[in-house]
Amino acid sequence: MATAQRRIILKNIDVPGYTNDMDCYLKNGGYEVLKKAFGMEQTAIKDEVKKSQLRGRGGAGFSCGLKWSFIDASKVTKPIYLICNADESEPGTFKDRQIIHKDPHQLIEGMVMSCYANNVKLAYIYIRGEMSEGAVILNRALDEARAKNFLGKNILGKGYDLEIYVHRGAGAYICGEETGLIESLEGKRAYPRIKPPYFPAVLGLYMCPTIVNNVETLCNVKHVIEMGGENFAKIGTPNNTGTRILCVSGDVNKPGYYEFECGSITMGELLHEVCGGIKGGRKLKAIIPGGSSSKVLRADQAYKIKQKDADGNMVEKSLTLEDIPMDFDTLAAVGSMAGSGGIIVMDDSRDMVECLANLSEFYAHESCGQCTPCREGVLWMKKILHRVSHGHGRGNEDIDLLQNVADNIAGRTICAFGEAASWPVQSFLEKFRPDFEKRAGESSGLEKKLS
Amino acid sequence: MSTHPMNPFNHDLAAPDTPLVNVQVNGNWVQVPKGLNVVEVARTVGSFIPHYCYHPKLSISGNCRMCLFEMGTPKMGPDRKPIMGADGKNEIAWMPRPQIGCATQVSEGMGIRTDSPLAKECRNGVMEFLLINHPLDCPICDQAGECKLQEYSNDYGRNYSRFVEDKVKKPKNVDIGERIVLDDERCILCSRCVRFSKEVVHDDVLGFVNRGGQSTLTTHPGKRLDNNYSLNTVDICPVGALTSKDFRFKMRVWFLKETASISTWDGTGCNIIIGSRENTVYRITPRENEAVNSCWMPDEARFEFHEFQREDRFTKPLVKMQNEFLPSDWKDALQQAGLKLKKYSGDQIAMIGSARMTNEELYLLGLLAKELNVALIDVLPRPKEADAFLISNDGNPNSTGARVLGISQDGKQLPLIAEQIGSGQVQALIVFGEDPVACGIPISSLEKLGLYIFAGTVPNASTNQADYILPTAAFGEKRGTMINIFGRLQRLGKAVNPPGQACDDWELLRDLRSASTGGNSIHNYEDVFRSMAAEHAPFAGLSWSKIGDLGIALEWGAAVRGQESVTHSAVLS
Repeated sequence: MATAQRRIILKNIDVPGYTNDMDCYLKNGGYEVLKKAFGMEQTAIKDEVKKSQLRGRGGAGFSCGLKWSFIDASKVTKPIYLICNADESEPGTFKDRQIIHKDPHQLIEGMVMSCYANNVKLAYIYIRGEMSEGAVILNRALDEARAKNFLGKNILGKGYDLEIYVHRGAGAYICGEETGLIESLEGKRAYPRIKPPYFPAVLGLYMCPTIVNNVETLCNVKHVIEMGGENFAKIGTPNNTGTRILCVSGDVNKPGYYEFECGSITMGELLHEVCGGIKGGRKLKAIIPGGSSSKVLRADQAYKIKQKDADGNMVEKSLTLEDIPMDFDTLAAVGSMAGSGGIIVMDDSRDMVECLANLSEFYAHESCGQCTPCREGVLWMKKILHRVSHGHGRGNEDIDLLQNVADNIAGRTICAFGEAASWPVQSFLEKFRPDFEKRAGESSGLEKKLS
Repeated sequence: MSTHPMNPFNHDLAAPDTPLVNVQVNGNWVQVPKGLNVVEVARTVGSFIPHYCYHPKLSISGNCRMCLFEMGTPKMGPDRKPIMGADGKNEIAWMPRPQIGCATQVSEGMGIRTDSPLAKECRNGVMEFLLINHPLDCPICDQAGECKLQEYSNDYGRNYSRFVEDKVKKPKNVDIGERIVLDDERCILCSRCVRFSKEVVHDDVLGFVNRGGQSTLTTHPGKRLDNNYSLNTVDICPVGALTSKDFRFKMRVWFLKETASISTWDGTGCNIIIGSRENTVYRITPRENEAVNSCWMPDEARFEFHEFQREDRFTKPLVKMQNEFLPSDWKDALQQAGLKLKKYSGDQIAMIGSARMTNEELYLLGLLAKELNVALIDVLPRPKEADAFLISNDGNPNSTGARVLGISQDGKQLPLIAEQIGSGQVQALIVFGEDPVACGIPISSLEKLGLYIFAGTVPNASTNQADYILPTAAFGEKRGTMINIFGRLQRLGKAVNPPGQACDDWELLRDLRSASTGGNSIHNYEDVFRSMAAEHAPFAGLSWSKIGDLGIALEWGAAVRGQESVTHSAVLS
């Protein structure tokens, strides 16, 4: 397999001399694809996206074409909204920020044609509160686009009007959950909505049909239209089309963001050949492959998966962690997920109890508090882990309790935060139970002194 | 059943003509209205699904997760048609992920399991989560005995705690309104109060602040929960987070006897439950009746019982002798009053009844007037401002009844009564429950009377002028019926006994009638209603038992409704 990057989204990013203004974007062929899109029927654009098999880059990997097909503009009497989800907050993920900061017009171009295809007249970019500089850059880029009539009234004489607004969040992780985002955009607390009945495609922003897409997904739409859906689908592997931006952080020599064809690179190649190996020559212990919510994978384990071979027969394969190709389906098959593309690398100097305690603290801080299992359970897990990691464990009783609390959250909550918070706990305990048993069994003696 | 026009939602009531669908509940196939939610479906077939945040009259929030159940959909064959089982019903494909009953509407062939291992595990898990940070202060909590946490923890909880961490600390004893105290540690954040305030009363003062386990119910900065419906939030609070300042620490709810009655605070006649113990009323709470007040009532109407707990209630018949009131007994007082009354001819007597009296009392008052040939008779109207909800423009609870029974002339006779007392034409006055001074008869006129018989519960500006003070029973101390402004005949229940020798008005009227005119055909309460129904067409064919707890819309009521339906028509327009 090749370890060469294929930079489509990141093509111009970090290229010396490339700036984030309109002039530079136009010099590099900017907004030409929009002109192409405006020469197409709206349904033709949607068809190309469907053919491209583009999957959402926000975390769930849901088919973009299918999501768009839920809304039939010819039958909808209400306004249709499109929201760009730029609330990038998943720990370990830092790709959308690069696009917004360094190539904002790529996003705007992708958004305008996506809006056009879906008959959207008003769109929002919901940007994470902490990314204040990104909001300034986006607003400037939107002004430039308006001045060039890529946005606003009668865009490029096509008779199509579109306005895009930047909305800054206030710094809550839950605003990245699409229905929480919609509530927040409406000016309310970002309490995720119950589904059914509040599917964004039916009852979204202001109870109107709404499409919510990730920054990277919308950028990809531009490239789908540029090269055509079928050509786009040839990139990557079947059902895992296009490229993927991988954000590598943790114990590697060269952390950063890299773009590869989906499935073209294995975990091992990524770590050793692209990221310069594990820091300090230490051994790889574990990887969280798709943002902090995805399930942790242990380095010294064999992963058995069933895959179709070239003849279409199901065959069982055994993979080591480093053999795993970085695509949606294989990562799901080994029990984790490609998620948001945030790869967190942990070497053998890492204390798994500390790592999980740290993650749990994040989720306890970010739970919106709306529904019972998440509000109460996630805080409980944090408290147990804090206690255990501080030497006040009660042996296996604490480990079993932690496991049971996580099991009582996942699948029982209003939104996917319940899973996001319990999957790390479930997977850390599954993969590293002895570490936890050992720590929980070690009492610092502090309790005895206190009592 | 019709729905209340003010409720934004009525999840418990399927629209008439809703088609039925076949649904399997815990293995049994039943037919239920399509689109009803699973909590209501389970309730109707006797498989109760516990819930906290769900309320049939509020929007669906889905936050408590207590109503999680195992759901199935018809199993489809390759031809995309349901696969039918041996029993002629479709087979069911069960979903691995539990669903919330409140937000799931039933459709043809759906499977519902409320007692499966998964459903039980979900409920037990939620129950534990709700209790870990709860203060468990039941011994000092007013909700104890009617608390859903207590109730469901008995059913679905464990009898020990696995929680060894420190509990979350939150504000306690928070004064959020004139009548309500909030304990945030007891709050389970179900948002019923938030939704009620916003959706039913349109006074959006409540909300949550902070995040996650620190989430806290509070009022909007600078605002208080002071609207006239605020105490409904205490009723719908499933736990002890919101408690009534008036009721808290007064009585444990399990000691309260519950008596179905109606509010006599105004013309709406909200259906209520009177909570009493050992002859003392402790609280009044709304009783659901979609035709009148749904599940709600105004705050002010809850406090009328305090008026009848006043220290200065008349408890003995009083007879004035040489300008001094002397306690008497009923026999003597009524004999004397009756004898004196006989001395006057009909045109020398005036009567002031009250639109706060029951139909039965008004009927007997009418008989007395007829037998004494009294033509001057009326009641005191109490017009007031209506709101767009449950407060009517009539401060009297039975204006309609008083009109139907010929006692009320809507106050038009009062000036004539005042004039004829002033001129000396009228020399005897019989008053039930009202203050003649408030009816426009000055003290100087009352002083001219040869006989003033007052029957009522508490002193007023005129009672010092009375020759006989006859203590009567108040609201909650007697049975009877009233007709609300919409022409609905409803029953009052007796929760406690009147104080001292105070007696039921109808008995007093019977005895006064017997003493003054000799009429004595009525022996018990049922006789009163029976002869009233025989004489007055609107009551024809009715009896106390036929009226039932929810009352009856009187058939001629349409005309009355057309005139009087101020509150509801305002709402509907």
